[in-house]
Amino acid sequence: MTTAPATKKSFFNRPTKPYVDPYLGGAILGVILFLAFFFTGNGLGSSGATTRIDAAIVDTIAPQHVDKTPYLLKMAGGDKNPLDDWILPVFFGALLGGFASGFFGGRLKFETRKGRKISNRTRWLLAFVGGAIFLYGARMARGCTSGQALSGGATLAAGSWLVMFSIFASAYALAYFVRKLWL
Amino acid sequence: MNFPLDLLLVPSAAHPWTYLIFGLIGFAFGFTLEMSGFGDSRKLAAQFYFTDMTVLKVMFTAIAIAMVLLFATVGLGVLNFGQVWVNPTYISSGIAGGLIMGVGFIIGGFCPTTSLASASTGKIDGMFFMLGGFFGAFLFGETEQFFTNWYNNSGYYGRITLDQVFGVPTGWVVLGIVLMALFMFWGAEQLERIIGKKDQSKEPKLHVAGAGVLLVLALAVVFIGSPSLDAKYNKKTFNRTESIPQLQGDPLVTKVTYTADQMLQKRLVQVSPAELFKTRYNQSVNLIMLDVRPESDYNLYHINGAINVPLEKLESVVPSLLSEPPANSVFVVMSNDETGAAQAWKKLVASAVPNVYILEGGINHWIAFFGKDEGFQMIATPGKDQLVYMFPAALGNKYASCDPNPQKYEELDFETKIKLDLKRDKSGGGCG
Repeated sequence: MTTAPATKKSFFNRPTKPYVDPYLGGAILGVILFLAFFFTGNGLGSSGATTRIDAAIVDTIAPQHVDKTPYLLKMAGGDKNPLDDWILPVFFGALLGGFASGFFGGRLKFETRKGRKISNRTRWLLAFVGGAIFLYGARMARGCTSGQALSGGATLAAGSWLVMFSIFASAYALAYFVRKLWL
Repeated sequence: MNFPLDLLLVPSAAHPWTYLIFGLIGFAFGFTLEMSGFGDSRKLAAQFYFTDMTVLKVMFTAIAIAMVLLFATVGLGVLNFGQVWVNPTYISSGIAGGLIMGVGFIIGGFCPTTSLASASTGKIDGMFFMLGGFFGAFLFGETEQFFTNWYNNSGYYGRITLDQVFGVPTGWVVLGIVLMALFMFWGAEQLERIIGKKDQSKEPKLHVAGAGVLLVLALAVVFIGSPSLDAKYNKKTFNRTESIPQLQGDPLVTKVTYTADQMLQKRLVQVSPAELFKTRYNQSVNLIMLDVRPESDYNLYHINGAINVPLEKLESVVPSLLSEPPANSVFVVMSNDETGAAQAWKKLVASAVPNVYILEGGINHWIAFFGKDEGFQMIATPGKDQLVYMFPAALGNKYASCDPNPQKYEELDFETKIKLDLKRDKSGGGCG
């Protein structure tokens, strides 16, 4: 990459804009969620896509393993294509959308966000471990913060409210003990 | 026009643009999360130290707004709530999974979708979280078999919403949640001021106006209420294909849309005893037979496997019917002739239960078809929707014709009426 002067606009070095007002962001997100329900009957989500991509990889590398694993069988068994689901375009759309917003907001930058007291490597390791734990829980609860808390919350699904409060309960309970990671 | 749109319930390769619609929804989703600051793990984690409550504000504003718009359109009869995906309730795995997710959140600093917004803007910790996510989801697939019974059954309540749990009208729950959200926003501002040391003199005054609008919308939802069953019934349409034989070449196939009353009049939902009998042995169909007669009639005689739900109790079982897998569940209602069954059919159709059919001619017709050899005595002057046979004893399903011998009735001719019209199966899990 050529070093551009800080004043000059380049693809990765646009002036950084502040984040939008959280209530405004929330209102826009709410309208998007409503429109998703209104036109498709489905809410928002992403963790289901992770599972389905996993299933597709297993189905390609070791198709016989799919037949032995009931959970994968439901998605990839027989002539089922695990990637043929609404959640996949939502997943890749979200990646693109995040990138686009980062571009317009001047936030496209390779960096690691963390507390001051830990190294980059520690942060990466913990991000990996946290991601693994989160998705394990998300599959157990049949949805993550988007699919359960957000979408289920808006449709008044009783179980989704339980899931939402459980997420916040354990995160708050543990926050004090891992404060060095963030503060 | 019916919302949600049938074509968009599941994207299909026959209409590639349907994938694009979901892609656009995802794009808007990711864009909004990133511009709200959800690509930054420190900002997300700050939520749990009360210094920056953005997560709570964005999330609950989104839930409140989507909820009031959703239930306003449902109340106005524009949106069919029966077709809206409501996450089924699994108490045990929901709570356990939620608690595990919380641990992942505070250690990893993201939830799955925010990690997408983070990784796509170059944040390396976001990328590691995503990678970890693939590993965690894989691990779940590998270990699910060890607790599959608990996972699929423990604390399962199916499709159940908060208004049903509390036994109050939907509008009041909506209003309650909006009030709770507004109270939480107020609390969040106080926490940011005290713990986060944030200067709040510059907070836009528009926030108060926004809160006012939200409250008015919630009150409107209470005022609108829920659409009556009649209104829902009148809006219900069915798609069928009709093929008209031509003198030359292939028959002409046309798509027709019928109203519910037309379906009844054209006898497109009345299945013959023969078809019902064959369907009982169809492994790919999840058949649920609902016997809507009074319990006394049911005790005298009923088809083996039929569940007794007297007409007046029908409404209370609708939620559990809706939680049956929609893709292949078929409901057949039956009474002594068709009068009671037709009433039940209308109720279920209005409540958006998919694939509901009527046993043609009711139990009387069933006995006439399968029970000829049993020598039941006929009643001289049977009333409307009454049994026309007399039974020596109330044997319920113990008469031979209650469960006809499949070998004896191997070959049966009938016109197929059952058509599965909603193909949506979430067993493999979207995000929910």
